[in-house]
Amino acid sequence: MSHHESHERVSVLQSVLSHALLIGAVIFALYPILWVVALAFSAGESPELGPVPVPDQFSMEHVEAVAMRRTDDGTWIFALQLGNSLLISIATALFAVAIATPAAYALSRFTFVGKKLTLGAMLATQMFPGVAAAIPLYLLMDALGLIDTRSGLVLVYATSAVPFAIFQLRSAFDAIPKDLEEAAMVDGATRFGAFRRVVLPTVRPSLAITFLFAFMTAWNEFILAATFLNREENYTLPVVLQRYVGEHAAQWGHFAAGAILVSVPVMALFYWLQRNLVGGLTAGGVKG
Amino acid sequence: MAELGLSGIRKGFGDTLILKGVDLHVADGQLVVLVGPSGCGKSTLLRTIAGLELPDQGTIRIAGKDLTKAPPKDRDIGMVFQSYALYPHLTVRDNLAFGLNLRKTDPSIVAKRIDEVAKMLGLGHLLDRFPRQLSGGQRQRVAMGRAIARRPSIFLFDEPLSNLDAALRAEVRVEIKRLHAELAATMVYVTHDQVEAMTLADKLVVLNGGLVEQEGTPLEVYERPKTKFVAGFLGSPAMNFLEGEVEGGRVRGEGFDLPARARTSGKVSVGIRPHDVYLAPEGGLTLDVEVVEAMGFETYAHGKLGGVKFVARLEGDHRPKPGERLRLDVAARHLHLFGPDGARLAVEDVASEGPADGPAEKKLQATEVS
Ligand SMILES: Nc1ncnc2c1ncn2[C@@H]1O[C@H](COP(=O)(O)OP(=O)(O)O)[C@@H](O)[C@H]1O
Ligand SMILES: [Mg+2]
Repeated sequence: MSHHESHERVSVLQSVLSHALLIGAVIFALYPILWVVALAFSAGESPELGPVPVPDQFSMEHVEAVAMRRTDDGTWIFALQLGNSLLISIATALFAVAIATPAAYALSRFTFVGKKLTLGAMLATQMFPGVAAAIPLYLLMDALGLIDTRSGLVLVYATSAVPFAIFQLRSAFDAIPKDLEEAAMVDGATRFGAFRRVVLPTVRPSLAITFLFAFMTAWNEFILAATFLNREENYTLPVVLQRYVGEHAAQWGHFAAGAILVSVPVMALFYWLQRNLVGGLTAGGVKG
Repeated sequence: MAELGLSGIRKGFGDTLILKGVDLHVADGQLVVLVGPSGCGKSTLLRTIAGLELPDQGTIRIAGKDLTKAPPKDRDIGMVFQSYALYPHLTVRDNLAFGLNLRKTDPSIVAKRIDEVAKMLGLGHLLDRFPRQLSGGQRQRVAMGRAIARRPSIFLFDEPLSNLDAALRAEVRVEIKRLHAELAATMVYVTHDQVEAMTLADKLVVLNGGLVEQEGTPLEVYERPKTKFVAGFLGSPAMNFLEGEVEGGRVRGEGFDLPARARTSGKVSVGIRPHDVYLAPEGGLTLDVEVVEAMGFETYAHGKLGGVKFVARLEGDHRPKPGERLRLDVAARHLHLFGPDGARLAVEDVASEGPADGPAEKKLQATEVS
């Protein structure tokens, strides 16, 4: 046996092993998801599945029941709730990006009195889970008459989304050489013009990621939503989902179908943002 | 086009004063090269001219107008950054057009200017590329083109060639000289490259410790440095300095004894450029050779003269061996004497009489000091 052959054998063996390992990891990661998908498309109130998650009998009944759910007076409640989730998540994300962008720019470019304190305070807000503030927030919201309103929930989400967005965007601005905006100013732009025409387009990928993060946080959040929203027509989807496996009867099929319906918009958003996430946009601007 | 006048520019960051009262006049169409050790405030001075920094004191006049406090956009300046600072999200065409578009220039004029600049700098085939798709040299050209397209009245260059390799640097250097002639533009050019400084400048300004230490034509500054600092800063290899004493028409020290009729007497630093010495059996300099660098057409002999490091440039066919002792001489007019305070002692005072010039003519070397 030549050296060459033995090398080839080792590499074939290596390849088989590493593939097996990777396939195993993929199954491990996907198994729960496959389970949910199988549950969602099975028939029956509480479908039973074997170790291989394949529906006994394929059925759209859960998906339909969840997606088409109407209240007794005929309101298409699911559409309302989906709308709530979208509205609240988009509003939170827009709010976070809109507030954080100028704040992060100022923190990145200027020195001012209280800068360290500001950063420290914002960092502190990130160290506590949102729930920790639930009671004081509840009192505040109550005083403002914002309990059980969608705008109130947006404000609540913004309290944690804004600081996080500021941190993300600040490092994005830090990565942009000062020379770029100075060149723009020498070229005839005001400071704001340089910011708008040069800095903002350059951080576009980071803006997209920040938007996505804030959107996802609001989209997935359950505890605060369940605390602050009372009426069914104001619910966001995580609250709706939870109700399917509530106190009385666990409707796992409905729950699974709902979970899939919740995931679809996020996947769509990811896909859309991917175009904006092309990295290395700064590359080539400075240096040889 | 315009003249530029700085007077008494002072600028500090926090407690450190960087510019300590800089006066500088750049005539209409003149190319002034600013040199100085790194960290001496060259970039700060350029940025102050551009309006990116406001001076703590002093005035900046452009074309006769006091623009000390004007924002950058109102100064009509074009700047080429060391880092190029091209807008990464715009094509070359849009980079060139950026300033014109900001000024709401008529699109047909913008197109014409881009055309002109592209032709001038050979950028025609690159117009639709993004900066990340360009080589270093191409980026450098775009950076220059962006400044030119707007036809500003003053150009500022901050070490524009320092990120290019040597061959490209030489090429672009010549091109800048051509552009300067073609545009007849007022330019301030910062560099630490000897050759750029000597070949480009109408006027050379040496900055040290936040002050203008000397200004003049490049040859003036090279031949008659006003201070020991300037003498040591310009020229490559750097000038040799020997410590000695003037007495009775001669300047003497360990390892050397040269004629010098001086009005003053006492301790002096004797500056001798490596290129100004020549072999002479009766010469007044004794060099113990340690290292020899043979470059072909010339040879550098490094060694000790009276215990002090000394470099001598010899004609290519003289190749001493390490350990050899050389007798060298230098023309009296090539002696630079500096007092204990570093100020030049007028050559007329000390060397109005002396031997004829040596055979070695000065040659500048294409190397850097920093
Ligand atoms: N924005 C700034 N804040 C504080 N110090 C600065 C700033 N800009 C420059 N300096 C300091 O000023 C000095 C001169 O810098 P610079 O003008 O860039 O020097 P040069 O271009 O001659 O190398 C350096 O010591 C530098 O650290
Ligand atoms: Mg500099």
